[in-house]
Amino acid sequence: MKPKKTDGIRTVIAHVVLVILSFMCLFFFYILIVNATHSHADLQKGFSALPGNYLFKNLMNVANDGTFPMFRGIINSLVVSGLSAAICTYFSSLTAYGLYAYDFKLKKAAFTFIMAILVMPTQVTAMGFLRLITNMGMYDSLLPLIIPSIASPSVFYFMYSYLQSSLPMSLVEAARIDGCGEFKIFNRVVLPIMKPAIAVQAIFSFVGSWNNYFVPALVIQSKDKMTVPILIATLRGADYMNFDMGKIYMMITVAIVPIIVVYLLLSKYIIAGITLGGVKE
Amino acid sequence: MKKKNKSIDYSKWGYIFILPFFISFFIFSFIPLADTIRYSFYEYYRSGIKEIGPNFVGMANYKSLLASDMLKYAGNTLILWVIGFIPQIVIALMLAAWFVDARLKIRGQQFFKVVIYLPNLIMASAFAMLFFTLFSTNGPVNGMLMSIGIIKEPVDFTGTVFGTRSLVGLMNFLMWFGNTTIMLMAAIMGISADIFEASEIDGCNSIQRFFKITLPLIRPILAYTLITSIIGGLQMFDVPQILTNGQGSPDRTSTTLIMFLNNHLKSRNYGMAGALSVYLFIVSGILCFFVYRMTNDDDPDGSKAAARKAKRAQRRG
Amino acid sequence: MKKKYISVLLMAALTAGTLAGCGDTGSGSNGGSGTSGAESGSSGASNAEEGKVINIYSWNTEFSERLQAVYPEVKETSSDGTVTTLKDGTEIHWIINPNQDGVYQQKLDEALLNQASAAADDKVDIFLSETDYVNKYTDADAGAAMPLTELGIDPDTDLADQYDFTKVTASDVNGVQRGSTWQCCPGLLVYRRDIAKDVFGTDDPEKVGEKVKDWDTMKKTAGELKAKGYYTFSSYADTFRLFGNSISEPWVKSGETAIKVDQKIMDWITMSKEWLDAGYLDKTVKGQFNSDWNQAMGSKSKVFAFLFPAWGIDFNLKDNWDGKEGSWAVTNPPQTYNWGGSYIHACTGTDNPQHVKDIILAVTANKDNLLKISKEYLDFTNTKSGMQEAAKDDKSYASDFLGGQNTFKYFTPVAENITIAPLSSYDQGCVELIQNAFSDYFQGQIDFDKAKSNFETAIIERYPELTEVQWAQ
Repeated sequence: MKPKKTDGIRTVIAHVVLVILSFMCLFFFYILIVNATHSHADLQKGFSALPGNYLFKNLMNVANDGTFPMFRGIINSLVVSGLSAAICTYFSSLTAYGLYAYDFKLKKAAFTFIMAILVMPTQVTAMGFLRLITNMGMYDSLLPLIIPSIASPSVFYFMYSYLQSSLPMSLVEAARIDGCGEFKIFNRVVLPIMKPAIAVQAIFSFVGSWNNYFVPALVIQSKDKMTVPILIATLRGADYMNFDMGKIYMMITVAIVPIIVVYLLLSKYIIAGITLGGVKE
Repeated sequence: MKKKNKSIDYSKWGYIFILPFFISFFIFSFIPLADTIRYSFYEYYRSGIKEIGPNFVGMANYKSLLASDMLKYAGNTLILWVIGFIPQIVIALMLAAWFVDARLKIRGQQFFKVVIYLPNLIMASAFAMLFFTLFSTNGPVNGMLMSIGIIKEPVDFTGTVFGTRSLVGLMNFLMWFGNTTIMLMAAIMGISADIFEASEIDGCNSIQRFFKITLPLIRPILAYTLITSIIGGLQMFDVPQILTNGQGSPDRTSTTLIMFLNNHLKSRNYGMAGALSVYLFIVSGILCFFVYRMTNDDDPDGSKAAARKAKRAQRRG
Repeated sequence: MKKKYISVLLMAALTAGTLAGCGDTGSGSNGGSGTSGAESGSSGASNAEEGKVINIYSWNTEFSERLQAVYPEVKETSSDGTVTTLKDGTEIHWIINPNQDGVYQQKLDEALLNQASAAADDKVDIFLSETDYVNKYTDADAGAAMPLTELGIDPDTDLADQYDFTKVTASDVNGVQRGSTWQCCPGLLVYRRDIAKDVFGTDDPEKVGEKVKDWDTMKKTAGELKAKGYYTFSSYADTFRLFGNSISEPWVKSGETAIKVDQKIMDWITMSKEWLDAGYLDKTVKGQFNSDWNQAMGSKSKVFAFLFPAWGIDFNLKDNWDGKEGSWAVTNPPQTYNWGGSYIHACTGTDNPQHVKDIILAVTANKDNLLKISKEYLDFTNTKSGMQEAAKDDKSYASDFLGGQNTFKYFTPVAENITIAPLSSYDQGCVELIQNAFSDYFQGQIDFDKAKSNFETAIIERYPELTEVQWAQ
């Protein structure tokens, strides 16, 4: 009897805490969207918790501004983030599998090395990175935003941990006996097992890349290659003549919609994946 | 003989599989890093639109950084990280434990799981911008507090050290606790249900179960969370930068190391920025080494060994 | 459903992209008629052969709009605003980067460093700068901005009608003019009529002008305002430009590495602290261009006055005011000052000197064009005789927002009395960082000496070549 009673109290506490936290999380989206429905003049006069009727006007202002390639920016961001997430998760899994499944002389050294560079802040190499890609002729191109994500030490580490807990080597051996090549084993046997981990890391790296401002700001120059965070910075950087807070909030709203859609699509897999992982062991 | 041949054959695949990673790392991280380190020994900056240097100056940049307020900024970074991380990890552990606890009948689990991750989707700079508006002296938060009657005068949140730091901490907490919860939940769900059942039969209460079984078993993922959070903390930039308009105000108490680095990058001081980067690199390396050691003291496969131990213990008992 | 929407969006975006692409090739193909008709030999630098592309670096579309409004050679501008085609087929490419976080100057500096090696059509031909950092580019050693005489513009005759201080601002230490502007930014004091009536019993600009004619009188007036519960100005930053523009020596003397903090700046610090503590300024407004500052211009605010040039009244004040028109009025400021101004420079190495000369003359030295800009964009423009006419022409230049006042009547005497402060290439950092450093002091977070040392740290971080800070007093 007793444990049941405490469970009941705990359930209540859990619900209260969750509701408060959810409120805090959603509150900011509410503010953002409400602000996107007000004109610049309204926003300047102070905050209002009720939605205004300027949503459509703001949207038109952002979308129709000839000097401001919103659609182009969203497409660029989708391309960069999508490809980054894809190659980042694929190559990290590949690397993790390479280090997990095979024995070779430099294995330990390679692993230690990756763990060492895991901690390197991106900003540390920013200047050299800029000079390098300028020399390689990749300045003002989307490639330097995508290709470097092949080497993502923290994703690698996650994949490695996941392999340790969920890939029995016997499975690989069995596939080898069936006559599978090593690449085929990785693509057909290992990758499906890693699906939950890939889903988790794909969304993380998609979000990271989608919101990245630091590197694109260094690399991108021309309008038709700008990504969403740069566009928002451009709006915020507009001076007193064109400064329009309504447009800024609208653009931020527009920027998070695709990502929320991607998240909602993937979250199903993530949570399903987690449950699957739980049942298996 | 045959077997040996085979293993050599396979080791080749190991190299092939990790090759793309290392090539990409070498080109896009190692060369720039070497460049950065090289210039840290030079006097090299922009004066107006004239380039000064590069002139070799040995360790001068390193020395003058030590003489500057760098350590103060390191302290700021640490403080800002801690006020964000501690509530984050505590709440995340709690939530993760609740979500996987079948006896707690949490309604709308799916909804909560989706919602808590949402703040992480928004750009840090946009988030900071919202906070800036909400907590400004004549902003809505002050307005609400005054109309309820809690305060009479508007509170100058960003004018005080405590206020600014709390806001930065709160933002980092909100942005990351959902992410951490998901990671930890994945880890806890990886623990065999048998163990929990066994512990229940043994009369463990939920608190004992959490500290004796859950925590030790998810140690590798905890280490991962801690390491990524430390890296994130060291790189903290957008949130304090936008909240304080790049000033780290008041009195530079919210200036983080990367904001300091950014100041040097802004003046195109490659030498000084290079030296600061090297310091950052060393510090983050040391920190992570300790964390890695602390959380992985015995075997890298700690979770499984612990699980086995626990299982055995349960069976015997 | 969702998928459908996304694909529609994608389609729309792709179509837009293709169309933009078509537009580009279209405008490219009608280039090529050349500019052989260049006016002959007005200077040694002008070549018979002009490039096909004029690259103009700017931080907003202000200059682009004004050029399109008054330059007779303009044929059309692409819908995205990035390319303007002239009648002779030459294309102007607008390269616009935001001022935010110094991005504009960063990108411009990169381009200038590569200027010598860049292909003719990629060379910077014209770039813009603001008063706060104009000296960085007009510096004789830097050599980024061409002397106007090399273009064939004689400042003494061609620009005779410009205000002298704008010419001084655009000159290097040797007095060689290396830029020109269409705009002039003398500032006024703009006040709320209802508050003036409540406190002084009158809202007459002449009488209020007496009340604010110099700093001593101003302080007494501030006391009166305070007694009735009003703030004189919103923030300590509001008064900075008046002091900052009257310093006697440059922040950093040419060839030296010491920063001299002028007595005038120290006066500003003393006064700001005193006024803030006395309650003459609104404590909750910290700095400018933020939401608190904007709200201080609203009808609920208790702030009596702002110090603004023409652009401040027309954009900041007008946008933020939510009451009736005619609630504000302008009068003379306690001290003459200039705030802002965009300068046009011909870039060394340009392959279009003839066009550049043409553009500079059309936008900054043609009285009719300048008066047109004054009418259309409400700029106070750089023509002495034109502005005097405007000052007398109450009918064409009456401002509804200011209750029918002709602002040019007030701006013109200020503009004529401005003596621009001596400039240095470090002004932008000094002006910005001294305000930041002392803002903590004003709010009582740190003491005076700490604020001084914070400024020293910050300024040397920004300009590593500077070695020391010398404080007046």
